[in-house]
Amino acid sequence: MKKKILWRLILICVTVILAIIFFLPNTPAFQHMPDWWKNNMPNKGIVLGLDLQGGLHLVFEVEGDKAVEITTDRYASRLRELFAKKNVKADVNVSGLSITVSPSSAEARKIVDENYPTLTAVETGDRLVYKMSDKEATRIKDTSADQALETIRNRIDQFGVSEPTIHRQGENEVVVQLPGIKDPKRAIDLIGKTAQLEFKLVDDDARVAAELPQLIAPGEEENLLKQFADKIPEDTEILFEKKVNRETGAVRKFPILLKKQSSLTGDLLSDANVNIDSQFSEPYVSLSFNAAGAKLFEEITGANVKKRLAIILDNTVYSAPVIQEKISGGNAQITGSFTMDEAKDLSIVLKAGALPAPLKMLQNVTVGPSLGRDSIESGKMAGIIGTIAVVIFMIFYYRLSGIIADFALLLNIILLLGAMASLNATLTLPGIAGIILAIGMAVDSNVLMFERMRDELRAGKTPRAAVDSGYDKAFWTIFDSHVTTLITAAVLFQFGTGPIKGFAVTLSLGVSINLFTALVGTKSIFDVINSKRELKKLSI
Amino acid sequence: MIELIKNTNINFLGKRNIAFVFSGIFAVIGIIAIVQIATGRANLGIDFAGGTAIQFKFEKPFALHEIRLALENGGMKDFDLQDLPTENKILIRVKTTEQELGQVSDTITNILTQKFPENKYVVDSTTVIGPKVGGRLRADAAKAVAMAVIGILIYVAFRFQFKFGVGATVATFHDVLAVLGAFYIMGKEINLILVTALLTIAGYSLTDTVVVFDRIRENLKQRQRESVEAVMNISINEVLSRTIITSMTVLLTSIALFFFGGEVLHDFSLAMIMGVIVGTFSSIFVASPIVLLWGGKRPFAKK
Repeated sequence: MKKKILWRLILICVTVILAIIFFLPNTPAFQHMPDWWKNNMPNKGIVLGLDLQGGLHLVFEVEGDKAVEITTDRYASRLRELFAKKNVKADVNVSGLSITVSPSSAEARKIVDENYPTLTAVETGDRLVYKMSDKEATRIKDTSADQALETIRNRIDQFGVSEPTIHRQGENEVVVQLPGIKDPKRAIDLIGKTAQLEFKLVDDDARVAAELPQLIAPGEEENLLKQFADKIPEDTEILFEKKVNRETGAVRKFPILLKKQSSLTGDLLSDANVNIDSQFSEPYVSLSFNAAGAKLFEEITGANVKKRLAIILDNTVYSAPVIQEKISGGNAQITGSFTMDEAKDLSIVLKAGALPAPLKMLQNVTVGPSLGRDSIESGKMAGIIGTIAVVIFMIFYYRLSGIIADFALLLNIILLLGAMASLNATLTLPGIAGIILAIGMAVDSNVLMFERMRDELRAGKTPRAAVDSGYDKAFWTIFDSHVTTLITAAVLFQFGTGPIKGFAVTLSLGVSINLFTALVGTKSIFDVINSKRELKKLSI
Repeated sequence: MIELIKNTNINFLGKRNIAFVFSGIFAVIGIIAIVQIATGRANLGIDFAGGTAIQFKFEKPFALHEIRLALENGGMKDFDLQDLPTENKILIRVKTTEQELGQVSDTITNILTQKFPENKYVVDSTTVIGPKVGGRLRADAAKAVAMAVIGILIYVAFRFQFKFGVGATVATFHDVLAVLGAFYIMGKEINLILVTALLTIAGYSLTDTVVVFDRIRENLKQRQRESVEAVMNISINEVLSRTIITSMTVLLTSIALFFFGGEVLHDFSLAMIMGVIVGTFSSIFVASPIVLLWGGKRPFAKK
């Protein structure tokens, strides 16, 4: 046997063994391997995409504009405090993204300029109007996306998901992938909740408070707000408390008149936990404030005994208990008719902190685990049937040479799976289709060669000469046809979302490996057969 | 030696006018489909149009009209249903609504839980696509098709000659239009997975065309005295058996995928089956005639 052929055979054997080693983790046999193997040899294999193992793919937009608004609000209230402290008489009002200080004065201007250099004055007449500079607004938006990412990561970590993928995309989007989630709705709620916790005093003294209806049906909120828009004092607002009837599931809303200014916010929390009420055995969330928060809480409760303090999460009132006495120690609790899961999730979001801005859901693709399983099963089935059909067809048409082509085809499949496993590539449902199509296309190289060989045989060449020149003549055709498929695969990879990327990966790997199996694999077999003795006839 | 096709000598290029009539019809339907898609009048999938799609798998058989009635009474508007009675599955699609994203799926699951308490279900899949993402995916898909076409044109022009690039591109585009048009006429959903199939078809059809062109190039060098048309005919006849054998094997796997590959890949494999057939047709009847029409002069004469 010629040395060249031997080397090629060794190359084929080595690649096959490598492919099997890499693919092993995807087979049941891996479980029976000894520990040293599991620890030291490749143990990840092909990763299943979300569409096959089930899971969530979410894309959120971080509403950066809201973050800028929130920051503007915070600046305004800080300014009010500063003005009060330095005895500057000026009203501070916020509308949208601008802060208005009136009347204008040199002192007021100085205070703003010294403390908030990022605010640009857009009007300096009788009143001062400030706006966040564009650069600062962009920075806040960018930071808010980063913070949102971090907060979401914390929440997911505490929720407990194995191998989540969370990353930023584009300017202000966050992509969250959670494989194998059993309760997608709960996960979505957990991530999407802004979790802005506020404590606000209930304004029961205002005359208009008595005019508010006791309860309304959901959907009536807008009308009620419009109706009372002009009647309520300027420093108050109406929020709603939601009550759900456990038995009927009916939702009712109670309007409550509150002071606009929040007395205390969630960023002063140090911890949040779920406890069970001993009397009604209902879960509630207990909160602990940090030192500053505890002090503030003591002051507020001390100053407002017999008044009601509302606990508000994301603009919904959870409860509004009457302050019986000054509360020191920095503990509070949120009650409401929670289920255990709801209470647990609430404690998670409070502990992980509020999102810097609300999230808007752009995309949600959820696949249940059973659909994924079904897809894998039917994919396997289609793959096996397709392969058998092609194998039989090739033997029927090309006889012995068909068997050689089938050998190359099996080599192709083994190497493709091995290559995917070695790259820890993600297999998606379209990816399975890509493998199956690659099987159909894989024999094309052999068909091209065989047809050429037949031509040469017809022209009266000996089998060996026919094999060699058939090979040479087919080479560039095979090369060209593979490159064209690779071009479209590259385009698909470039533009595709997850599942389609998977398709592009399997298709391009399949095509590249096919070049190897056809040019090295099939040729070697023919050479081996030919090297023993000159064949009189070629079964093709 | 089994030969399906034995030393054929079919005058393929002589039949180009008949072929052009068919191709013209395919292309026109395809172009109409593109216009309809662009103006939003085609059956666009959720991924392009935006909206919500939920697939439920019930424990027991259900009546489609009862679910329709329940959803209508529950206040759902502008939805369509597609059932898979053999597996008690139903796909509910709701195009973009004013309701907040994500709430639509809650509303639907609530309605089904309340109206069919004795028939339990699991949610197989939920897809919610906001209008912004839908628009982005549409633009991406269009960009991808354009990029693929340009890439093909450049490669074939580089490996052969510009006029071959044009011939290959026209043939490839023709196949994409034909399958797209067929899907449009059948009222099938135009979605991302179809675009994937279309690009795969483009790649496959191009391979087919390149094999023919390769042989034409080779024969043009050897048969200097014969006319270009004659050389093209000889070349197509010579590679005919390869063309048909390869189409057969790809068809075999596509058919396996169609019957056994599961519901999600059903339309994908249907598109592949159609694409393989039309791709084979176009590499024989479209690609070479275009090259011939484009330039009467002998290609590769200068080499």
